[in-house]
Amino acid sequence: MIPEIGHYSLVLALAVTTLLAVIPLAGAWINDGLWMRMGRPLAYAQFLLLAISFGFLTAAFLMDDFSVRYVANNSNSLLPWYYKFSAVWGGHEGSLLLWIMILGGWTAAVAAFSKSLPEPMVARVLSVMGIVGVGFLSFILLTSNPFLRYLPNAPQDGADLNPLLQDIGLIMHPPMLYMGYVGFSVAFAFALAALMGGKLDAAWARWSRPWTTVAWVFLTLGIALGSWWAYYELGWGGWWFWDPVENASFMPWLAGTALMHSLAATEKRGVFKTWTVLLAIFAFSLSLLGTFLVRSGVLTSVHAFASDPERGRFVLMLLALTIGGSLLLYALRAPVVKSHIRYTERSREVFLLINNILLLVATVTVLGGTLFPLIAEAFGKEVSVGAPYFNTMFSFIVPVLVIAMGIGLFSHWKDTRPGTYGRRILPLAIAGTAGGIGIPLIYGEWEWSAGLGSFIAIWLATAQLWDVWEKSSGKSGVVAGFKRLSRSYKGMATAHLGLAVTILGAAIVSSYTEERDVRVDTGTQVEMAGLTFVFDGIQELKGPNYVADQGIFHVLDEGKEIAVLHPDKRRYLATGQVMTEAAIDWGILRDVYVALGEPLEGTTWAARIQYKPLVRFLWLGGLLMAIGGTLAILDRRYRIRVKANKARTSVGESDAGGTQPAKA
Amino acid sequence: MNRRVLLFIPFVIFVGLFFLFNWGMDQDPTKLELARKDQPVPAFVLPDLHDPSKTLNQEIFKGKVSLLNVWATWCPTCRAEHPYLVRIHETGQVQMVGLDYKDEREAALKWLNDLGNPYDISLSDQEGRFGLDLGVYGAPETYVIDKQGIVRYRHVGAVDDKVWKEILLPMVRKYQKEGV
Repeated sequence: MIPEIGHYSLVLALAVTTLLAVIPLAGAWINDGLWMRMGRPLAYAQFLLLAISFGFLTAAFLMDDFSVRYVANNSNSLLPWYYKFSAVWGGHEGSLLLWIMILGGWTAAVAAFSKSLPEPMVARVLSVMGIVGVGFLSFILLTSNPFLRYLPNAPQDGADLNPLLQDIGLIMHPPMLYMGYVGFSVAFAFALAALMGGKLDAAWARWSRPWTTVAWVFLTLGIALGSWWAYYELGWGGWWFWDPVENASFMPWLAGTALMHSLAATEKRGVFKTWTVLLAIFAFSLSLLGTFLVRSGVLTSVHAFASDPERGRFVLMLLALTIGGSLLLYALRAPVVKSHIRYTERSREVFLLINNILLLVATVTVLGGTLFPLIAEAFGKEVSVGAPYFNTMFSFIVPVLVIAMGIGLFSHWKDTRPGTYGRRILPLAIAGTAGGIGIPLIYGEWEWSAGLGSFIAIWLATAQLWDVWEKSSGKSGVVAGFKRLSRSYKGMATAHLGLAVTILGAAIVSSYTEERDVRVDTGTQVEMAGLTFVFDGIQELKGPNYVADQGIFHVLDEGKEIAVLHPDKRRYLATGQVMTEAAIDWGILRDVYVALGEPLEGTTWAARIQYKPLVRFLWLGGLLMAIGGTLAILDRRYRIRVKANKARTSVGESDAGGTQPAKA
Repeated sequence: MNRRVLLFIPFVIFVGLFFLFNWGMDQDPTKLELARKDQPVPAFVLPDLHDPSKTLNQEIFKGKVSLLNVWATWCPTCRAEHPYLVRIHETGQVQMVGLDYKDEREAALKWLNDLGNPYDISLSDQEGRFGLDLGVYGAPETYVIDKQGIVRYRHVGAVDDKVWKEILLPMVRKYQKEGV
């Protein structure tokens, strides 16, 4: 019964979502208040039904109902309960259901936190999100239904979850990523609603901003988690591979970052309206494109474990309708009136434009590199584009972007006093050069890439801290001045520092990772990076659903033991797959990473030992960016608006959702 | 009016992309057209990966059915399929030939040392010339080559239990039954 209830709610959700896609939009068209007001209850009903459906699929997993095909293919009775839970989105069908449920959640959130918006706007926004929902619900029900059964003969046990996915990082990674992907649908829906309504003003940008920032925060966390997972789980210490699936998450991030900045310009100054709308369409289109690339089998990738041409065709049609339709609407409705808002070439507007152009160039670079094999194939050539292309391109784009960022931080809207930039360039260049020469030398011989990376990281961090210092300085002292700074300014500063931290980490770990492949026997000592590694043999280990050979490595620093590392070589019982589980002694300034290779003759084993300086900075920077985004959303102006809402709602209708700030 | 036309640029680009994707969908990556199908392996002289002073040529395929696996250390999917190749090799059912494609020799040796060596013979094709002659799209690819050295089948993408048991193994068995 349980899967049937889930299945039934999913079908009902499609019906409700279809109403959501049509009625409020039609209401806005014919200006019927009742039809427009239908949007909110329909949005809540849709989310409720999707949550029920998701809950019952989860129940099928937790109860080991192997008569459900999807459960049988992705779970096993020996799996610990928390992996049974995360296995719900471990395969194609379930991850799609998660995607749709999150879309339903965002739709309901928009319905709840948009009390201050004009009724036709809300109606159009909810309907646009409903249209996207109808597309994906049809997709899941017609091609990827997770509730199909094996009847009457159900298998005794399941085929198990892919061992790569049996991991804490993977429990969190897809939900975070999807929150980000799907979150961009809100800005997208606002953009389309504004185009439909023909009112493309600063108000549109003000409403979209917090939603875009929330989505961006989730996407940032999702990408950072994915990179962290790849680092410790794939077993060879890499953290970014320019794999098509990683690119699929990176492109919306780049476009979303551009969107956040251009929304600021549109809101504050009313400039770049047409451009910002296009970026909002881009950010969500690239999220959809990511889904298509992963699911269709058009590009082969390590992540594409469930590719299927029939599904690919369906997603392609969805893409054609959603992206093609919105771009056509854009072409027909975007305003072409020349703006009369004036700004000089020294203004903040110009710097944000530079930021946007460079971020878009970066996005197109990734898109081109990801699609180039396909394009070349169409012309009868066969090529593969690898990490060297992306690394080369980004080693040009990122320094230009970051150097412009460092200067642009000091800019003002409309115009900036002449000399503002000039007097700062020299100190920044001195700080950057000192960092660019000094930091790499701590780790070894000076290298170009590390030097350049350190230079721009220090340049940016110095500029940002300097700006914070100047803005805090005043009669009442720096501390009091700092306290008075707005949360959104502090958020921006934190996020920019986060970028500097990530860049520094990437530059140092890429150049100064030490790596040794060794043969070890009991008692073997290996010296590396000033540490001594002593191999103390292998012990057998039995996990819940695997057996493992576990190595014991003592790590000594000048004779003192600082860590004992236990890398595993696991064999999963259900599939027979062999997995390497690396052991890491982590620290802010360096990681020590040991992975077990193959058994050689007798008691000797192959092992790989790595010393990775500043690798944690990569994800620490990502975390800082996410904290920065969160601070920006908690800014007073959003809370004031909510208070105003609250006052209004307490007089009028009762409301459950109006007391939260404008975020999910 | 002129500016309005510019606004159509994103739409037009997207329409182009759509046709590209639509075309790409028809190219089932596992059934790529194989120019060399039922033709002999192109002639080559390549160094042995383990001992570059030694060279190997197409004669290695004579007399035995072989599985030619194209791989590289820069290819994540190769890493994913590697443990399974090791298991196929342990069964000893077929001669396994590895073609290390556009790769660095040292990294490749490290890889085989770390992850196990599933290959009876390892060829090193650093410039990708042989790969080009053979029609390699990318890594990983796995070819079935019969006792006369004729290319019979290509599988694109990772080899797993299903591919091995349902496609490759039956084919290997079939060609093993044929006389020399």
